[in-house]
Amino acid sequence: MTHHIVEAIDLHYTYPDGTVGLNGVSFRVSHGESVALVGENGAGKSTLLLHLNGCLTAAQGTLRIGDYPLNSKNLNEVRRSLGMVFQNPDDQLFMPTVFDDVAFGPLNFGMTKDEAKQTVLRALETAGVGHLAKRPPYKLSQGEKRSVSIATVLAMSPDILVLDEPTSSLDPRSRRRLIELLKTFEHTKIIATHDLDMALELCERTIVLHGGCVTADASTQEILQDEAFLHANSLEKPLCMQKISLWDPNKIPHHTHHHSDYTHKK
Amino acid sequence: MHMADALISPLVGATMWATTAGLIGYSAKKLKDEADDRKIPLMGVLGAFIFAAQMINFTIPATGSSGHLGGGMILAILLGPYAAFLVMASVLTVQAFFFADGGLLALGCNIFNLGFFPCFLAYPFIYKKIAGENPTQAKIATGGIIAAIVGLQLGAFAVVLETVFSGISELPFQTFVLLMQPIHMGIGIVEGLISAAVVSFVWKARPEILNSAQGVASIVKVDMKKLLLGVLIVTLITGGALSWFASSNPDGLEWSMFRTSGKEELETSEKVHASLANVQGKTAFLPDYGFKKSEPKPEASESPTWPAVDPGTSVSGLIGGFLTLVLAVLIGIVLKRRKIKSLPER
Amino acid sequence: MNNIGKNSFDIGRMDALAAGDSLLHRLDPRAKLITTLVFIVAVVSFDKYALSAILPFFLYPIALISLGGLPYNYLLKKVLIVSPFAILIGVFNPLLDREILFHIGSVGISGGFVSFLSILLRFVLTVTAALILISLTGFNAVCESMRKFGVPKPFIVQLLFFYRYLFVMTDEADRMVRARSLRTFNSGTMSFRIFISLIGHLLLRTLDRAERIYRAMCCRGFDGHFYLIRSMKIRVPEIIFMSGWVSLFVLFRCTNVPLHLGTLITGIVP
Repeated sequence: MTHHIVEAIDLHYTYPDGTVGLNGVSFRVSHGESVALVGENGAGKSTLLLHLNGCLTAAQGTLRIGDYPLNSKNLNEVRRSLGMVFQNPDDQLFMPTVFDDVAFGPLNFGMTKDEAKQTVLRALETAGVGHLAKRPPYKLSQGEKRSVSIATVLAMSPDILVLDEPTSSLDPRSRRRLIELLKTFEHTKIIATHDLDMALELCERTIVLHGGCVTADASTQEILQDEAFLHANSLEKPLCMQKISLWDPNKIPHHTHHHSDYTHKK
Repeated sequence: MHMADALISPLVGATMWATTAGLIGYSAKKLKDEADDRKIPLMGVLGAFIFAAQMINFTIPATGSSGHLGGGMILAILLGPYAAFLVMASVLTVQAFFFADGGLLALGCNIFNLGFFPCFLAYPFIYKKIAGENPTQAKIATGGIIAAIVGLQLGAFAVVLETVFSGISELPFQTFVLLMQPIHMGIGIVEGLISAAVVSFVWKARPEILNSAQGVASIVKVDMKKLLLGVLIVTLITGGALSWFASSNPDGLEWSMFRTSGKEELETSEKVHASLANVQGKTAFLPDYGFKKSEPKPEASESPTWPAVDPGTSVSGLIGGFLTLVLAVLIGIVLKRRKIKSLPER
Repeated sequence: MNNIGKNSFDIGRMDALAAGDSLLHRLDPRAKLITTLVFIVAVVSFDKYALSAILPFFLYPIALISLGGLPYNYLLKKVLIVSPFAILIGVFNPLLDREILFHIGSVGISGGFVSFLSILLRFVLTVTAALILISLTGFNAVCESMRKFGVPKPFIVQLLFFYRYLFVMTDEADRMVRARSLRTFNSGTMSFRIFISLIGHLLLRTLDRAERIYRAMCCRGFDGHFYLIRSMKIRVPEIIFMSGWVSLFVLFRCTNVPLHLGTLITGIVP
């Protein structure tokens, strides 16, 4: 059986212009875990993500995705098992219609047209955007684009989901829908984000990057309550914790309402 | 400037379509041979860039008019001639469809005029020669400016030739040339300055982009002469075949029309007329373009087409024409009504 | 809204029209593409003094606009705005070709005037036909049908990419131009230096974007091949549409319908 793990050992990467991207990053994410990757701009989050899908190759260190140590030979298998949702949906959605876009991965990985059709419709349904199949991507709202981006990845049935800033530039309601959607996935998840409230809600564990190094790797609750540490890493307590701390520091609100209409959107 | 459907004959349109189609096929094949996966998305996005950038205007000092980017030269420098030609063709295709810039029949002419010359002549034979293997900012600037000017001059001249060969416009060759070339000298200088400045900008910010393009471009240099020869042959053969077709099915009426008007123009002392008739005389076989009058001959002689000098026929034509338009509009209104009625049912 | 915004809005609007669901919209795009091309060739193949003989061809745009539920005014406006080139070149005809072709009453009508009007008619017809094709079919479908007709795939694929990112890039250009004009007080004019820096930055962003897109493609297994699932079928409606219009075009091209009509009328009413 495949173990949906991601393991990095001492990754180093320097950009051609001399900027240090990663400076000895090590961590291990095991099967079914949901991990937030946080850190200020330029901390190395995006660089790390680009390593996970083999777009960048570390100058030093090794990376294991699932059962394989990542190398050029198994790159395609790794890319299939690790689905990457990029920060800007406009980069991810490049085909003429939503359907074509979601079908892009499955067809590249050798599915027949009929199989691909079924897979695409299923992925769109799962992401709650089945009604958008025929639309061109540029006609969609930010929230819809994000959901379709996720569907493009789901269609490849990955074991591990990696998301770069999934809640950026979403309105509150779309953000809420997205969070509820992500909660329903049982994949191993790695989510790079500045949205610490979302991190708190979705991820039991958080890895903090600072200057290309891992400065913390612990439970999200723990990290987000340490104000001094957060400050040192250019971060801030999530809003919900700031408010709650005035009354009852142990009680985190749970958002349970108004997600019922997610799949029933007109 | 864009050629328009209304100004060209099917013969010229078809010839240029054939030539352009050949060039697109050839460039696409070359692109496949290069096997650079990166290039297809890059081309698409660069096309969108050119399209967007063309809408940004700057003010030309001391003239009050404004200039903007054409793009052929920048594309050639960034992508090499083949990919650049395809991108230019795409930009013009979208403009033809959405803004009716030119038109579908004239699209072949426009792609040729604005794509072929900068990508396949000005770029390899001027820009590359000046910029060389180790470009400096000065070389890029000089090469870019001269190449853009030459590219546009050739393009403008092609517009003149296509128009004159089509014979729809009355503008005589000389006047038209004197009109188009200086205007495009100005446009070419602006285009050259922009291309040179933008390329220098990119070169300063990200030299590696230009270097990779140089690498691609040097591979293709060898084929260029073969290509040019091919273009010439395709154009001549298509043009020749189509005009043979045209002259082997001459329409009597039109031939005589043409002859008389040509002769009378010669008789007038006005210089322009003389030169026009001169050009028309030289190109006599071309303006009488092909695809014409598949109607049976007897009918043609019984009911002469529009340019008959009989006043009675003219009046009939006018009345009939008016009625036809009214009918067409009426049909339109009926169709629209029916459609609106049928809407609620669906 | 400035120029750039307007243009991309314009394209967006035509795209929205193409999303309609009339009988004509549902036809196979290839049928519409062929019919349009035949139409254009038929119209431009008239000799340069043809006037009344061209008029029946107006039936085609009028019928399609009505049946397809397209907005008349909008398309008309588009035709009027575009391409001053045809008019610019055509306007010389009345000046250069003064030979009197026929008289209406005592007014002599010159050949140049007739051919100028003929140019305008051709212009309106050919331009409208292209606009209608796009409004009824959509650009992507037109591209895909060109692919079916054998246009090389790399060209079509990058054309589809181009169309996809056209909206993104025009938005980006629009934002940059607006940001500049909000911080300048002589907002009408842009100096060359600023212009170059604007275009240059736009180009750098474009190149970065291309790189990101390529990465996103690789992450989903891109290996240089593009697959599109399309089921196009020429069925009875397509055949009726094509053969009907094409035979009408042939009829209009070969007989001067208005002239016959006019002769009939003037024959009855002397």
